[in-house]
Amino acid sequence: MSTTRAMAILLAKELRLEFRTRELLSATIVFALVIVVLFSFAFDPTAAESRRYGPGLLWIAFLFAGSLMLNPSFAREQTNDTLDALRMAPISAFAILSAKMLANFIFMSLVELVLVPVFSVLYNVSLTGVAGRLILVLVLGTIGLTVTGTVFSAISSHARMRELLLPLLLLPILTPLLIGAVEATASLLVDQPELDRTWVALLAGFDIVFLTASWLLCDYLIEE
Amino acid sequence: MKGRIASTVFVAALIFFAGYAALFIAPDEKTMHAIQRIFYFHLPSWIAMFTAFSVVFVANIAYLATRKEKWDALGVAGAEAGVVCCTIGLATGPLWARPVWGIWWTWDARLTTTFILWLLYLSYLLLRGLLDDPEKKATLSAIFGIFAFLDVPLVYVSNRLWRTQHPQPVILGGNDSGLDPTMSKVLLLCVIAVMGVMIIVLLDRYRLERLRHEFEELRQEIETRSLAPSSILEKESA
Amino acid sequence: MSVTPATSRTAVSPFGISFNGVEKRFGSFVALRGVSLQILSGEFVALLGANGAGKTTLLRIAALLASPSRGKVQFTVGHGSGDCSDPGEAKKLIGMVGHSTLLYDELTAAENLSLFAQLYGLDDITARVADSLQACGLGSRTASLVRTFSRGMRQRLAIARALLHGPRLLLLDEPAAGLDRQGLVWLGTTLEALRKDGCTVLMSTHARNESLDLATRAVALAGGLVQHDSGPGGDPRPVLAALRAEA
Repeated sequence: MSTTRAMAILLAKELRLEFRTRELLSATIVFALVIVVLFSFAFDPTAAESRRYGPGLLWIAFLFAGSLMLNPSFAREQTNDTLDALRMAPISAFAILSAKMLANFIFMSLVELVLVPVFSVLYNVSLTGVAGRLILVLVLGTIGLTVTGTVFSAISSHARMRELLLPLLLLPILTPLLIGAVEATASLLVDQPELDRTWVALLAGFDIVFLTASWLLCDYLIEE
Repeated sequence: MKGRIASTVFVAALIFFAGYAALFIAPDEKTMHAIQRIFYFHLPSWIAMFTAFSVVFVANIAYLATRKEKWDALGVAGAEAGVVCCTIGLATGPLWARPVWGIWWTWDARLTTTFILWLLYLSYLLLRGLLDDPEKKATLSAIFGIFAFLDVPLVYVSNRLWRTQHPQPVILGGNDSGLDPTMSKVLLLCVIAVMGVMIIVLLDRYRLERLRHEFEELRQEIETRSLAPSSILEKESA
Repeated sequence: MSVTPATSRTAVSPFGISFNGVEKRFGSFVALRGVSLQILSGEFVALLGANGAGKTTLLRIAALLASPSRGKVQFTVGHGSGDCSDPGEAKKLIGMVGHSTLLYDELTAAENLSLFAQLYGLDDITARVADSLQACGLGSRTASLVRTFSRGMRQRLAIARALLHGPRLLLLDEPAAGLDRQGLVWLGTTLEALRKDGCTVLMSTHARNESLDLATRAVALAGGLVQHDSGPGGDPRPVLAALRAEA
């Protein structure tokens, strides 16, 4: 069974499981909204201030919400030991891991799809004209978040206090991603918006490094 | 045993001499005077820290490749030694910065990277503490350790780029440029001394971890044999 | 050396397994201390022993869910001594029923079986799944979430899942646990059919289990070692009787 085919089958399973209840998705969206609202008390949301602090706020909301959303990714497979069932099947460890990464990417993107317009309305930040470039930044940032987050979900699923451990492991690792995403987003919200190539390169670099590392280490990650 | 005592005594003497040199032999610095002498231990502790964390990275890869318990022991020893050096560095920095530049801390690239490093390796140790099964502990912390090490250059680069866009007062720039020859010699001595201390601590911790593992094995063996049915004992002695 | 696909019922590919000096330790706890066992194709081995003797560990190693700390596990496929060294190929021919159900509670019975049918690369999935559910008596509950099933029904589905891809080596870890009367009858009939078909079975169980009548060999583990083994050509009944008396 080719890895791509196995990945597609497992992705369908992940999506089916989540969309049946939509619990995780709705909880994550609400949590991200709460953060966005709380931040409105931290500074005066005039247009200028929003442009300064907005990108940081947005990405912190995504990072925090994401690190909570990523936890069940592997923890779910511990009920009834379904991960064992997947490991016994003639599919590669990378198929299992990448299916979850892709599923998490889709879920996180849906959260962002809701949050970004809400943010733009609540903070009076206009996104017309930069939508395409903003989507690129969001995609690159989300890839980094979900790749590392899924790996750490696998790691922390074996540990005690996993709900606390996952953000603890994940957030320091994501600092380059946070910086890159925030700066790239900020450069799109100024009067002369311009996609800053340096930051996009950093984000892409981050994604490539950790995607490669995940691929190389996936067997050790998924094993017994 | 004799080797260990000898090397510990040697390093102790070294650090004593290094301390003396830093305090009395090195010439007084023009602008900062006495407080500058912290630098002789501040910089070496960074060097020791990076060495320790590099050891952790190598140990992590070696463990995944060979599955030998000794690499896991080296990993945790390196991480603990590194965290200690890092803590010393982070603590001595503000002590120096405050009287000289008036601020406790600044978020420049180097300091931020070091702080993140400190958090990452603390998380590494925390992760180990929360995993019970020894093999999982070794494997999963090795994976995390590799990710953490790969992250460090990214953290540094991203902070450097950020700082060029949001310039801060450069304060820790010129220390390693144009040092007086005596100062250089004292610095070198201190680097060797502090590295010596770090290596001694690391090796002791490594030995401790291996002893712990051996003890656990023996304890389990005793327990199993005391519970085992007699047929096992017959098989073993046959 | 080729592996006959198990999906074709007409070709019966022999599948044996041998453990050579298998040791397994979890940290400092030694679960298996050097188990050497050769199981020939078509044998029905009853694996007995007290809790903690190493039965589950041995089965998990056979299922390729765990690897031995020392020693080797080899699969012999086809006639003669052809070794199956490709784990991917071996996995297609192995089925396991474990302590947990290995099922997704939030999927329906049909969805669970479909998922695994797809992962094992089977064809004609809808029909296969329907037949399987009918056979284990869950035909009326194909579209119900596993979460709503009773213990007995889940165990039946777990067994159906293990058999779906037509494995040639069946590893069963106390398969009768939780089964009701009807389920036990179905299990007995199914195992008998599999034995006639030449499937190799390794079943861990407690001595009082009914399915033991089908066993061609009894292996007893104690403290991580093989204590008794009636051997491939031998008679398992004395070993079984002795253990029944002990229990």
